[in-house]
Amino acid sequence: MTTTREPSAQPAAGHLPQAELVRATLAIAIVVLAAALPLALTPYQTGLATEVLIFGILAMSIDLLAGFADRTSLAHGAIFGAAAYVVVYAIEQAGASPLVAIALGITAATAIAAVFALLAVRTSGVYFLLLTLALGMIVWGICLRWTDVTGGENGLRGNIRPAILVPHRNFYWAVLAVAAPLSLAMWRFAHSPFGLTLRGIRDSETRMQSLGYHVTLHLFIGFTVSGFCAGIAGAMYAFFNNFVSPSTVSLAQSVEALLMAIVGGIGTLFGAFVGAATIILLQNIVSAYTERWPTVLGLVFIIVMIFAPEGIVGTIIRAQHAWRKERSLRTKGK
Amino acid sequence: MSVLQILNGLTFAALLVVVASGFTLIFGLLRIVNLAHGALYLLGGYIGFTVATRTGSFMLGGVTAVAAAAAAGWVLSEGLLRFVQGHELRQVLLTLGVAFVMNDLALVVWGGDTFTVPIPEMLRGAVHVFGVFYPTYRLFVLVAGCLIFGALWLILQRTRIGALIRAGVDDVEMVEASGINIKRVFLITFLMGSALAGFGGLLGGAFLSLYPSADAEILVFSLAVVIIGGRGSLVGVAASSLLVGLLNTFGQVMFPELAYFVIFGPMAVLLAFRPLGLFGRAA
Repeated sequence: MTTTREPSAQPAAGHLPQAELVRATLAIAIVVLAAALPLALTPYQTGLATEVLIFGILAMSIDLLAGFADRTSLAHGAIFGAAAYVVVYAIEQAGASPLVAIALGITAATAIAAVFALLAVRTSGVYFLLLTLALGMIVWGICLRWTDVTGGENGLRGNIRPAILVPHRNFYWAVLAVAAPLSLAMWRFAHSPFGLTLRGIRDSETRMQSLGYHVTLHLFIGFTVSGFCAGIAGAMYAFFNNFVSPSTVSLAQSVEALLMAIVGGIGTLFGAFVGAATIILLQNIVSAYTERWPTVLGLVFIIVMIFAPEGIVGTIIRAQHAWRKERSLRTKGK
Repeated sequence: MSVLQILNGLTFAALLVVVASGFTLIFGLLRIVNLAHGALYLLGGYIGFTVATRTGSFMLGGVTAVAAAAAAGWVLSEGLLRFVQGHELRQVLLTLGVAFVMNDLALVVWGGDTFTVPIPEMLRGAVHVFGVFYPTYRLFVLVAGCLIFGALWLILQRTRIGALIRAGVDDVEMVEASGINIKRVFLITFLMGSALAGFGGLLGGAFLSLYPSADAEILVFSLAVVIIGGRGSLVGVAASSLLVGLLNTFGQVMFPELAYFVIFGPMAVLLAFRPLGLFGRAA
């Protein structure tokens, strides 16, 4: 079958190699800049930048589903937090090495995502949102009540970061070394034939079905891959924070990450990092003046939903499209 | 399960009927998933508690709880939701934002302590039923739940506004074309749903008590009830409230660590096979 390109891609189609080159250069430049960033920042600010990278990955994993399969998840905070719980538990209580713990954490998150996917992918729209909300609450309930293993409300604490990663800069670079290729891989995944199929499902499930695509299987794989990425973010968060508690897997966590994806712009993927940076910076600025962060978070949510549902990067892209269209119209007019 | 546990499950189910029927009305008829429903419950509970303790009148507490929740529902519907009409996901996420704001502001006003709404004199103590001594107030909740369910059913089936609501669900354009102000019908439904949440807050506040995360808990239970029952179905709410109420009591006794799982496990499995719930109909 033929896949229709986005309209914006059409004019550039003739110069594709050049466009690819520009993109690649831009990507390398951004990564180099990001790598140089901690040299100009205080340790505290480096910590914030690390947080942006970790939550950017989490928000991007949500965007992978929301933007390309039209399935908005409220369970990703729980998947993310479950990985963090497993990592801290494996190192602190079971005495595993960090690498084994990371592997276990990511496996656990992927397994949870797979179970959630089995139950949730046949629903869509609001029902999907509600079902993932409920599934996330199960994880939260277990983390809160299963005190022997999870420490209940007190959570689990432990200095699990290996000595070499204790300095802020080293840890930032380690996270960047994971986040950069991972986000690239997610972008590649979204633009692979598989990702195109997901987009086809997003636009018309019945049509894809009658074309012979296994819709449920595609959504299942999409959800599981997204959960795998959220799990990687969760494992990194465990080392970042050295502490997990039920609030790590709470609904608020999912909501915050979803807000980051929305503020960045659903369907833009890399917008997730812009969204994460915006929310984390806002949180830090607000926290200096008031303890009412949940109020501010809620207000941001309301304002974004009413005035800017396309998010920052989404709005920029749309403006760019409009500008290009106008320009091409003008040149045609001459 | 002992008689006591069954009764506990039934009274919890009655509370769920009150709260979730408001939720399902709004969801089924207006297609709005109001995630601030739990916050309205908590608001009604807190305000009812404050008024009931100050004045000593449970009735007055109930009236103010209902009025406050309906007023908040009015602001939510007319002040905010009208800007995102027709966008399902944006509506849901907006109400989620409202829930965060309301919960946090309630924390400012009432603090993090646990409150219990004072029970009126005549409902205190216990009575002898089915061979056990059971708190009178919980039986009152059971009766109240049944009465409210009956009243709602009559309103929907036997009154003009009920007929309009049912007609609006099936075909909004057609109702509008016949000269009915459907916006007003929707507003009335929204206020009624919010008021039920507020009243639920007062009812529940007297035996489950009120604390900052009570809104999320009741919201999640209501969600489960509405999803299992099927949106917009009052009968579905009654049936699944019973199921959820009893499962919850059973779960808390048998597997306290997995209490949520006992409810949401079956719910998730049910949804996988019947995505519209037990009594849900395709729109």
